[in-house]
Amino acid sequence: MDKNIIEISHVDMRFNLEEEKTDTIKEYFVKLLKGKLRFSEFYAVKDVSFTVHKGESVALIGRNGSGKSTLLKIIAGVLYPTAGSVSVNGTIAPLIELGAGFDMDLTARENIYLNGAVLGFNREFMNQHFQEIIEFSELEQFIDVPVKNYSSGMIARLGFAIATIVKADVLVVDEILAVGDYKFQQKCRERMGRLLADGTTLLFVSHSEEQVKELCQKAVWLDHGRAMAIGDVDEVYRAYHQATD
Amino acid sequence: MKQLAMTARFEKYLPLMRELIARDLKVKYRRSVLGYLWSLLNPLLMMAILTMVFSQIFRFNIPNYPLYLICGQTLWTFFNESTNQAMYAVLSNGALLKKVYIPKYIFPISRVLSSFVTMSFSLVAIVIVLLVTCTPLYWSALLFPVPLFFLLLFSMGVGMVLSALSVYFRDVVHLYSVVTLAWMYLTPIFYSLDIVPQKVAFLIQCNPMFHYIDFFRELLLYGRVPGPGTWLFCILSSLLALAIGVAVFRKMQRNFILYL
Repeated sequence: MDKNIIEISHVDMRFNLEEEKTDTIKEYFVKLLKGKLRFSEFYAVKDVSFTVHKGESVALIGRNGSGKSTLLKIIAGVLYPTAGSVSVNGTIAPLIELGAGFDMDLTARENIYLNGAVLGFNREFMNQHFQEIIEFSELEQFIDVPVKNYSSGMIARLGFAIATIVKADVLVVDEILAVGDYKFQQKCRERMGRLLADGTTLLFVSHSEEQVKELCQKAVWLDHGRAMAIGDVDEVYRAYHQATD
Repeated sequence: MKQLAMTARFEKYLPLMRELIARDLKVKYRRSVLGYLWSLLNPLLMMAILTMVFSQIFRFNIPNYPLYLICGQTLWTFFNESTNQAMYAVLSNGALLKKVYIPKYIFPISRVLSSFVTMSFSLVAIVIVLLVTCTPLYWSALLFPVPLFFLLLFSMGVGMVLSALSVYFRDVVHLYSVVTLAWMYLTPIFYSLDIVPQKVAFLIQCNPMFHYIDFFRELLLYGRVPGPGTWLFCILSSLLALAIGVAVFRKMQRNFILYL
């Protein structure tokens, strides 16, 4: 039982695309009375099942809008699936969007504690790792500058440094390795490689086949919310290329 | 087992609660020269103005009016500020909730708690007024945290309902400002209960805010500990508000993300 760290069974995620946006109570009732409260339903993820063993690296591949990010968010616990179930046995470090928890008015120093707390770490723990975070993100000079004055690269660096400070059981990465300059990208990849070598499970979304093949053994190909192929990364890519070319 | 997991989760997010409260306090007075002193000065200045208006112009005849006023005003300001802040709590943290899993109740609760901390600073203003007006100090005043605790629970309950509703219907935000105005006039902050007609007095008797404020004043101003009826009303109303808040919030939070 301990072998499967993530179990996803028959997950559906339905969004209601509101044809006309109803934002007020009055409009809501007017439309309800007129019978015009119509939603066109849209399945971002439809009947997807797979399991991930501990220590595996799995890539989610597919075209834009195929449901990769939605699935990641369901696994990370941000979205509740409409149907089906997801169970994750372990802690998750979400790298869905770097610096999501930053308060732009606060300084980097204050944000490190805030963002750490968002991920569930207390002040003491962050104190111990403070120096490491600063060094990794190379922001020594700018610690006490409000984050709103940072460049996007600086924010991403800080976000990555905080999110990967702890060894989580599952690392959920959504297309973020494209940030920063070449040198920093390498640093990120090195750190991820180290985490993976330590037995962290990786869920990875990327459009770069090269990166996927470098990091993952297994892949899930999603198309319009359905899982088209699950298995060895090379085989899945072969099927994917055949279908898209 | 499930209970255990829940307490563990709660503990995990205690640091976040602390950080959020610290952030609220920091951001509130950032870049003002006097900083936290404003939490002290504001109620004092407000009290000075209101005392002038109501004792000179309207000629209310309440003994020790400045103290009477500042007690009511401090508690009301806390309620007003905390529930208003809580109302926006989920809305304004939408960007964060879309990306990371965080128990959502943390946001309204932390807003109410940070207002509570601000109010604790304002209590110093009450002490100053106590000393300046040479009011005798009663032993009963030591019980002052009790009504504040009831008020805290009540505000949390109201705040949670508001924060959940405002996600689905933004109208709530506008409606609530009118509601608080009416509510304020229905709470004897600057007038006393005996000047209002019978019918209205009954309505005020049903207003929990009146009872919390009255409880507080009894302890500080008159040196009496309220009877069991008041205790019962305060306990029941605050617990009921909290229960409703938690129930509504839990029921609605699942789909928050789709509306943010």
